[in-house]
Order: sequence, then structure tokens, then C-alpha cells
Amino acid sequence: MTAGRRGKSRRPVLRSGPLAVLTYLIRRLFAAAVMLVVIIMVVFGIFFLVPKWTGVDIAASFVGKQADPAAVEAVREKLGLSEPIHIQAWEFFKGIFAGRTYSTGGDVVHCSAPCFGYSFKSEQAVWPVLTDRFPVTLGLALGAAVLWLVFGVAAGVLSALKRGSLWDRGAMVAALAGVSLPIYFTGMLSLATFAFGLKWLDAQYVPFGRDPGGWFGGMILPWITLAFLYAAMYARITRATMMEVLGEDYIRTARAKGLPERTVIGKHAMRSTMTPILTMLGMDLGALIGGAILTESTFNLPGLGQAVLNAIRNQDLPIILGVVLITSLSVLLANLLVDVLYAVIDPRVRLA
Amino acid sequence: MTIPDTSTAVSERPAGASTAPRPFLDVRDLRVHFPTDDGLVKSVDGLSFQLEKGRTLGIVGESGSGKSVTSLGIMGLHTTGQYGRRKARISGEIWLDGTELLSAGPEHVRGLRGRRMAMIFQDPLSALHPYYTIGRQIVEAYRIHHDVDRKTARKRAVEMLDRVGIPQPDKRVDAYPHEFSGGMRQRAMIAMSLVNNPELLIADEPTTALDVTVQAQILDLVLDLQKEFGSAVIVITHDLGVVAELADDILVMYAGRCVERGPAERVFHEPRHPYTWGLLGSMPRLDREQRDRLVPVDGSPPSLINLPSGCAFNPRCPYADVPKDDVTRTIRPEPTEVGDRHWAACHLTREQRERIWTEEIAPRL
Repeated sequence: MTAGRRGKSRRPVLRSGPLAVLTYLIRRLFAAAVMLVVIIMVVFGIFFLVPKWTGVDIAASFVGKQADPAAVEAVREKLGLSEPIHIQAWEFFKGIFAGRTYSTGGDVVHCSAPCFGYSFKSEQAVWPVLTDRFPVTLGLALGAAVLWLVFGVAAGVLSALKRGSLWDRGAMVAALAGVSLPIYFTGMLSLATFAFGLKWLDAQYVPFGRDPGGWFGGMILPWITLAFLYAAMYARITRATMMEVLGEDYIRTARAKGLPERTVIGKHAMRSTMTPILTMLGMDLGALIGGAILTESTFNLPGLGQAVLNAIRNQDLPIILGVVLITSLSVLLANLLVDVLYAVIDPRVRLA
Repeated sequence: MTIPDTSTAVSERPAGASTAPRPFLDVRDLRVHFPTDDGLVKSVDGLSFQLEKGRTLGIVGESGSGKSVTSLGIMGLHTTGQYGRRKARISGEIWLDGTELLSAGPEHVRGLRGRRMAMIFQDPLSALHPYYTIGRQIVEAYRIHHDVDRKTARKRAVEMLDRVGIPQPDKRVDAYPHEFSGGMRQRAMIAMSLVNNPELLIADEPTTALDVTVQAQILDLVLDLQKEFGSAVIVITHDLGVVAELADDILVMYAGRCVERGPAERVFHEPRHPYTWGLLGSMPRLDREQRDRLVPVDGSPPSLINLPSGCAFNPRCPYADVPKDDVTRTIRPEPTEVGDRHWAACHLTREQRERIWTEEIAPRL
């Protein structure tokens, strides 16, 4: 991103103000909508088209390994797997927006909109499974994000300002540990220490709706564990970016104006430093909302990550498909959000 | 817009121990050294000069001669915000209107920065913050030193943009730096530097990053504004042609030291140092015959860690062997008066210099 800043490109066009932001926004929204359709089609392709080419019988895998041929035939009919592929794709696509009915003979299963598929293994529609588990994952991701943003960015800025000091070295060693240690290690360690050893915290997930205090207490360890990994990455990026920004000419200009150092750092330098961090945050949050598999399984949180882990174990394809779609969607939305925020932060983006 | 009155500046100063009033800007034996892993880099090593209000000093020299380091030293920007880097070692004295800046507290110097002394940088695109509008940056510069509300400061910003010749200033005030052309950006930068009526303005290669057609406009603008505000101006450049036209005095720097200093007229038409001769010879001039080739100064600037002993210029000087007893390689020449307010640091005698200038150098120029 710095290449563009250093370049001496001259754009004489005057296009600033709210109108430029609005056109930019509309352009981005349109692109996101197109992307959404493409994602649905690609995911559908991966689950229905690729097995066809590789000679795997989807109906059989939907039913399970030791299924009798009659059950497999029934599923094949229900899913419309004998139909031509474009009809199948259309049915799948339509189902997301209009709902879908799987039926053969007397056996009728209705899957109301948005229908992301139907799990014949657990005999339930995919969408309610997703909506049940989504809040758990969302709470985990957002809570951890707040933690890692505050501590990671603060540590990175301090390290950049006290380059080479004991603090800097200590923080960077901690960051290296955070990046290298796997979550199931730090997670287990924190559980063993704080939940089972010292008994400070509960290792039990309580839904927010039932007991907000209990939910908060149960989420503290998962938040810290997940945030430790990300804070480490964010501290390193923040440190590197801040150091680069501090060498920029406009920082020298800010000092030459007579601004106090806290304004130079807190305002002028931070504004530029936050740009790449925001991009990272969008990507990371998007991916995490699709399920933090390791954290959720370590702490036994009934989120999307745990759902997909169980689904993989049981070869429950529709659930996997649903979670993959949700993950893609959240990455897409997070990116859209980042793009919009970017335009607010960096006026030069609006022209691109 | 208040215009500082130059006449009162001298009389206001209380009568000190010395009878002669101190010049508005008085730099004495300034040394700026940077400790590095390879050794001590002596970027500026014993520089002295004076500057009065209403006058323009041109500091000329090639890259690495210490011009910019000197200007940042005056502004106190070597000691502020050097996070984790080994700090510059600065010694000597910098007197600005009776206050010594090197011994003054950093907070005191910060209060002077942008208010009493301001700076224009080389590349206005990188020197302006890309994320803030021009107006916001000027308003910030004004409000840090003036207790006024945003509206008043904004009015002042528009006024300044208008004064530096930016069309439709009331609209352009809300534009971002990347929406300006190079020349307009530098005008905006100048507007920002002058928003507090600084008494000392340092322009560090203000036209180097600009198109040739715009350069003259910017220089004219700086001169006009100097006349209007009566401030002291330092123009730093590697282009002797630039300062010849606009400076009252010229200071030629080489390897962190002053090699020649004097009134612009004298330094340009009767230079007394071989390095200045080299600069003049390597300068393209319209009044010169086209068939004459430019003569570059042989060799490259010396390492600032291991300066040549004696005169720092001796390895590149065609006349290093003219003085007797190898003196150019053993003794560092001190500036000596070679004319009225005209100094040169060279071992050549007055007669030798005048002979070489009139017989060898002047005819070639």
C-alpha cells in the first residue's frame, strides 16, 4: 500500500465530498452482490459438480456409508440429483430465497426460506442449525476482536516508540510466542490453570439469553486465548507500520508545525497506521465469524466451528455446505465493510 | 493579517553585556553528529552564520553537505521524535531573536516551531498528510498557536490560500493534497508555513520536486511574501542559479562546513573558493556559448565519517598542490576575510586566488 503513497501520480480531477463516497459505496455494493451469486454457485459446484466428475455418488455420501440402496435412491430423488445439473443449481439457488420442498411419494420434507439444504442424517434443515450456533461464534469473535485490537495495537505502538528497549524486546518475544503457540495448547493451559486449578473461572458455556453474567464469565478464557494469537499478529504489524509511518515526511511536517508529540503520534501517525490494520481486521473477523474451530472445540462452545467439526465427523454434507456458505458470506460482508471504512479513512481510495 | 515591523525587532532587545546587538538569527559553531555503527557521521561540523530579518540567505551545496541537517537543527527536529534511533549530538549555539535554542527546553522550542520559525519542504506531496484536507492541515497549524475557533481559523486558511495564488480558495480549502497539482501543493505548503507570520522561514529545496515552469513562480512567491512580512528567509538548494537571483547572501557548504560565504553578488561574480568555481562551472547558463561543455567537479563527496585530513576538498581540488608544504593535506583552513563581508576557507593566497580566477576560471564561464 505504501507504493501508491510514494508514487508521484498526479490526479487533477477534483472529486471529493459526500458524492464521491456515495458513488464509491454503490459501486462496492453492486460488486458485492455479484460476488454473492458467484460464491453460491462456486460452493454449489464444489459440493455437487465436482463429485459428479470424480465419480463419487453424492446420494450415497449424504446417506452414509452403510446405507441400503433403497435409501440412497430415495435421497437421490429427494435432492433431485437425477435432474440435469443446471436444474439442480437453479433449485438450490431458488431454495435460498424462496424455500424448497423435497418430496418423493408420501415422504415430504419442507425446508422454508432461506433454505441452505436439508440434513437427512440429523433430519433437520440446515438454516436453523446455523442460526442457533451463529450468535455463539459471533460473540466469541467480536469479544476477542475488541481485546486483541486494544492490546495488540497498543503493544505495537509502544514497541515502535521504544524501539530496541526492554519493553520492545519483551513484547516481541511475547508476540512470537502468541503467533507460534497453537490455540489448543494455550487454550488447554488456560483451562487447566484458571478453570480447574485456581477455579477462578467457569469452563461452562451459558447462553447470553439465559444468564448474561454467566455467559460473560464463561467467555473470558476463550476470548483471551483467541485474542492472544491475534494480538500477537496485530502487535507485529502495528509496530512495523508505525515505524514506517514515523519516517514519513508528513510526520516531520506535523512536528515542524509545532504540534505536541502526542498529537503527532496519536493523530497523524495513528491515522496512517490504522489503515492496514483495518484491512486485516476485516479479513480476520470475516473468517472467524465462519467459525473458530479450534477455540470452540477446546472450550466446548456450541458455535459454527463446532458444528462443522461434528458435521465433518458424521459426513453430514449439507451442514458443511451451509457453514462454508456462511463463512464466505461473512468474509464478503467484512470486506465490504472494510472497503467502505477505507473510503472514509483514505480519501485517495475514492478515486480508484 | 498583521505584518511584523522589522524596525522594532532590534530596538526591543534589552542591552546585554555585548554592545553590538545580536543578529536575529545567529548560528555559532553548530555541530550535528550522528553516531552510527560505522562511526560518527559529522553532518555539520562547525558552521557559523548570521541572518537579519528581511534578508535572504542561500545555503548551497551538493547532497550530503549538511544543508538540510542544518535547517532541521535550527528547527529542533533532530532531537524530537527520534524513537529508538540513536540521537543526534548537537553542540554550538543557535540564537533566535535573543533566545538560545539548543539550551532552551524542547517544549519551549516546540512553541516557537511553526509560530516564529517555519519550514517549507522539498516534496509537497509527501510532506502533506494524505488523509487530511489542505484546509484542515492549515487550520491545525494556525490553531496550535492561536486560541481561535474553527471558523476563524478556516477563514484565515482561505485567506492564506488566496494570498499564495490558489484559485477558488474557498473551494480548494476542502480538497485533499492528491487533488492538487505539484505547484499548487507547494503553494498550499507555503500557505501553511506562513499562516502564523513566522519571522524565520526555512525553504529546503522548495522547487526541486516541481516542474521547471513552476519553479520560478514559487520562488517569486516566496520573495513577495518575504517583502510583505519582512521575515528572515533561508533558501536551501543545490542550484546556485536559484539563490543567485533571490538571496542577499550566499553560504556555500562542503562536507558539513562553510567554504565560502558573502553577499550573493560577490560569491556569484567573484567567487574565492575552488569549490565554488567548480559549482559555477557545472551550472548550465543561458548566457553561455552552447559549444562550451559543462565542467563537473571531479570525484565524489567525501565520507562524513572519515573526512580527508587538512582541507576536506583537497582530493577533488585542482589547485591542492599550489600552496606550499602540502599544507592543504595537513591543516584545515579557517574562513578568512577575502573582501567586504566575504569569507572563504582556503589555503590559496589572495594573489594566487585572484590570478587563477581571472586567468583560468572566469574566461571559461
